[in-house]
Amino acid sequence: MSKVFEIPLYPYARHADQDAQAPVRHPIVIVGAGPVGLALAIDLVLRGQPVVVLDENDKVSRGSRAICFSKRTLEIFDRLGLGDGLVDKGVEWNLGKVYFDERQVFAFNLQPEAGHKRPAFINLQQYYLEQHLVDRCRVLESEGKPISLRGSNRVTTVRSDPDGVELEINTPEGPYHLQADYLIACDGAASPIRGMLGLDFLGRVFEDNFLIADVVMPDGKFPTERRFWFDPPFNRGQSALLHKQPDNVWRIDLQLGWNIDKAEESKPENVIPRVRAFLGKDTEFELEWVSIYTFQCRHMERFTHDRVIFAGDSAHQVSPFGARGANSGIQDAENLAWKLDLVLRGDAPTSLLASYDAERIAAADENIRHSTRATDFITPKSEISRLFRDAVLDLSEKWPATRPLVNSGRLSTPATYDASPLNGPNNAGMPPRTRPGSVAADVALSDGWLMDRLTGGFQLLTINVPAPDVVTVGNISVHRLALDRSDDLNGLLSARYLGSVGSGVYLIRPDQHIAARWTDYDEASVIKAVKGALGMPK
Amino acid sequence: MKLNTLPNIAEADDFYADLIAAHEGLTKAESDAFNARLILLLANHIGDRTVLSEALSAAAK
Ligand SMILES: Cc1cc2nc3c(=O)[nH]c(=O)nc-3n(C[C@H](O)[C@H](O)[C@H](O)COP(=O)(O)OP(=O)(O)OC[C@H]3O[C@@H](n4cnc5c(N)ncnc54)[C@H](O)[C@@H]3O)c2cc1C
Repeated sequence: MSKVFEIPLYPYARHADQDAQAPVRHPIVIVGAGPVGLALAIDLVLRGQPVVVLDENDKVSRGSRAICFSKRTLEIFDRLGLGDGLVDKGVEWNLGKVYFDERQVFAFNLQPEAGHKRPAFINLQQYYLEQHLVDRCRVLESEGKPISLRGSNRVTTVRSDPDGVELEINTPEGPYHLQADYLIACDGAASPIRGMLGLDFLGRVFEDNFLIADVVMPDGKFPTERRFWFDPPFNRGQSALLHKQPDNVWRIDLQLGWNIDKAEESKPENVIPRVRAFLGKDTEFELEWVSIYTFQCRHMERFTHDRVIFAGDSAHQVSPFGARGANSGIQDAENLAWKLDLVLRGDAPTSLLASYDAERIAAADENIRHSTRATDFITPKSEISRLFRDAVLDLSEKWPATRPLVNSGRLSTPATYDASPLNGPNNAGMPPRTRPGSVAADVALSDGWLMDRLTGGFQLLTINVPAPDVVTVGNISVHRLALDRSDDLNGLLSARYLGSVGSGVYLIRPDQHIAARWTDYDEASVIKAVKGALGMPK
Repeated sequence: MKLNTLPNIAEADDFYADLIAAHEGLTKAESDAFNARLILLLANHIGDRTVLSEALSAAAK
């Protein structure tokens, strides 16, 4: 049986654009049909924007790559209409175990916090995620939505000026040209478009090599846990990770260090003994995919360059500990989609796009900070750093005190845009977790989940407060979501949104982030905050 | 300043003797590891980030 990543899911087909006399102009061209490009395309199409997606390939990601997808990613995919399928296919896990040398130091349960529709994480092969995204594109296409996914379309030249973008594309039947109002470069870590525009990366470069082996163990010998080893006997001086994926596939991640011979290390005759030492000599396994990866922590100085905007790995890269690559890229996509839509409609000034840079660069900095810290704990860079790392692990075997310092990756949580230029008033007496800039916190309501009620436009969430059903600001309609005590199933609405105050009014952005909050409704303040969240002068 | 920089240990001489005694018979590497564990346990006990930051800079001078 062939694997899903061996099947051309969007094979090349000639498009009328290739026969046009003059280059056809599209509002949005997305380059790259990875998780980020596809998520962005779906979001934009659901907002009514026509999109063209170009990819040099015609298949989903070869081999698994990303395997951990966060709650925030699932919430975004719920809004895009594919959350259920992913959760059904994915594996949920809560138990983590930490080993040091030959012994288990401690185990922890990622006790899921009550009152959320989605778990903190699911494990799922990246190729399945991409397959679900492609399927969703196909459904939208069959409903007549203007989404054109073009396989074997390789972008070879990009020219950008303040008015638009001109690109040349190579296909199996030769080249053609397109124009775009905006080109979104979701073309991955090696981003050819970054190179074409002569742009490069900034920041601390951290380098290491990891052997990634996805193995199939039919007898399901290992339980559904995350196991992490510091300095194990089978990989001295390095780290190792074992994690379950659907279909009895296990991710083995062995750190190899910097000075290695990659070609030599990837040979099956070298990989198999390493995996055998890791799994025990009697464990039967089959290699599904092996690869050696080098990771770097860095991001572009700016993500927006005239009419070319970078999102996902093309804009920023992190080490794998914390599962922040695809998860943060998908948050780039949701951040950009509504802004681009409103700017193209003329409902918001072009300057709204500057907030994409401000918010997502801050998020990239946060992700890089987390993954750099994890990397420094896993691979101490000095003698004293190793001394403290080992002391933390030694103490943790006996005392809970130092366990919070054990860092094998802090799993991805969404960034709070504390310094966003779009934020409006805050009421400091309300709970910190729902302050302006943060993602709305889910809550079980008497008739479903709060996140499912935040459907992608501007909304005014009111709790125990009268307010009009719609507030209009220019072409933007802000619809009210009216809740009161009777909706609060288990007190969490009050705990997460009111705290010590008796009522609340929240302005929610199209990406489910909170823009402003008050205890009472005041029309003029709400209108001012909506304008602020649209990037209009305050 | 939140860090207590005034004398605070009763029977200070006894504590000091205990500290030195705890290192007796340890190699340099074992002593270093012991110190690291001790710092981590004490830091956790203090907990207060301001006090910890002030102690870090006071110790650096
Ligand atoms: C071993 C490993 C483990 C990982 N684990 C996790 C994890 O658990 N969680 C997580 O969130 N992330 C993880 N990541 C990171 C994750 O895989 C990436 O962040 C993610 O794939 C980035 O998505 P993207 O859409 O930005 O880029 P990509 O997935 O790289 O997609 C880029 C696309 O652009 C296309 N393209 C490139 N150049 C051109 C061109 N000139 N013309 C047309 N098309 C072009 C490519 O064909 C490709 O389809 C992991 C990565 C690795 C390698």
